[in-house]
Amino acid sequence: MANIPEIPAGATEMRAVQFSIYRYTPETNAKPYMQDYVLKIPKNKDMMLVQALILLKEQDETLTFRHSCHEGVCGSDGLNVNGKNMLACVTHLSQLGDKVTVRPLSGLPVIRDLVVDMAPFYGQYEKVKPYLITHTEAPVKERLQSPAERDKLDGLYECILCACCTSSCPSYWWNPDKFLGPAALLWLCRFLQDSRDEAKQERLAELDDLFSLYRCRTIMNCTSACPKGLNPAEAISKIRRMEIEKSA
Amino acid sequence: MVNKLTSITSLTRNGVRDWLVQRVTSLILAVYILFLLGYLVFHPSIEFFAWQSLFQSTAFRVFSVLFLLSLMWHAWIGMWTIVTDYIKPADIRLAVILIIIIALFAYVIWGIDILWSA
Repeated sequence: MANIPEIPAGATEMRAVQFSIYRYTPETNAKPYMQDYVLKIPKNKDMMLVQALILLKEQDETLTFRHSCHEGVCGSDGLNVNGKNMLACVTHLSQLGDKVTVRPLSGLPVIRDLVVDMAPFYGQYEKVKPYLITHTEAPVKERLQSPAERDKLDGLYECILCACCTSSCPSYWWNPDKFLGPAALLWLCRFLQDSRDEAKQERLAELDDLFSLYRCRTIMNCTSACPKGLNPAEAISKIRRMEIEKSA
Repeated sequence: MVNKLTSITSLTRNGVRDWLVQRVTSLILAVYILFLLGYLVFHPSIEFFAWQSLFQSTAFRVFSVLFLLSLMWHAWIGMWTIVTDYIKPADIRLAVILIIIIALFAYVIWGIDILWSA
């Protein structure tokens, strides 16, 4: 496991960070509740939020959360922190102040504490057929793409499916079964933009209903939440433009 | 993808068309409101007969009816969206949408009546 900071004995001044963390075990708790924790760390020391959570788990082993790569690549530790969705592994504790409120991602069913069921989110991702669809015979070697065509995928392919965007979207909260959500739509845009994909018309034809794409009301929480600095709102408006060009 | 997600109470029952109608009607609403504001700014000491003659001209009546229809379509799509977001029981949702649609129709007819009695 990467760099869990060791707190040196007899370290200089200490700083107390107050945590208020969402706790819920559906099998035993009638209702979710917020539990307070205090973490003392040296004043001159900073760490990522996930490392603070690991230290808190040493205080209370029952505290449950997901984490894996610790470098913003796997997308496991998306959390709602002080009201905003972010990845715990790339968020400095010093950015969060002395009172940190941690909740699970909203709009997804809670399995336990900070762990949510990602199945509805992946279900919407699956619906956009996130893979290349081709009808022509495959060339002997590979389907070539010019550097300019490849550039069109920048800002789209980097998505790690952490669900920070989709779970911050009110349109997704109210219609999680019907609205695809920003992450799935960003991926859809990635395949619509790919010069090697041959199913553009079929993909667009499936989108003209009232919910899948058009339930987006341009709230743009998705873009402000994305820990990878991507812009799902812009991807959605690109899809709308393609849709208009096809239908007009 | 699965079945088409549509609704009998939506204005056009098609996502692209609803989206386009809402954008175009918003432009008409904006132009009309800006025109009226501009008219009031450039006629600071306006009195009854000037105001009446504005509303008696055919061009402005056409513009006003266009405004009323745009308002109805725009509000229909917007209110339909809000209602389908927040009201989940189908019977209550249908009742609320129908009341909104009937009210919008009534406002347009009432508005036309007011325009032609000016």
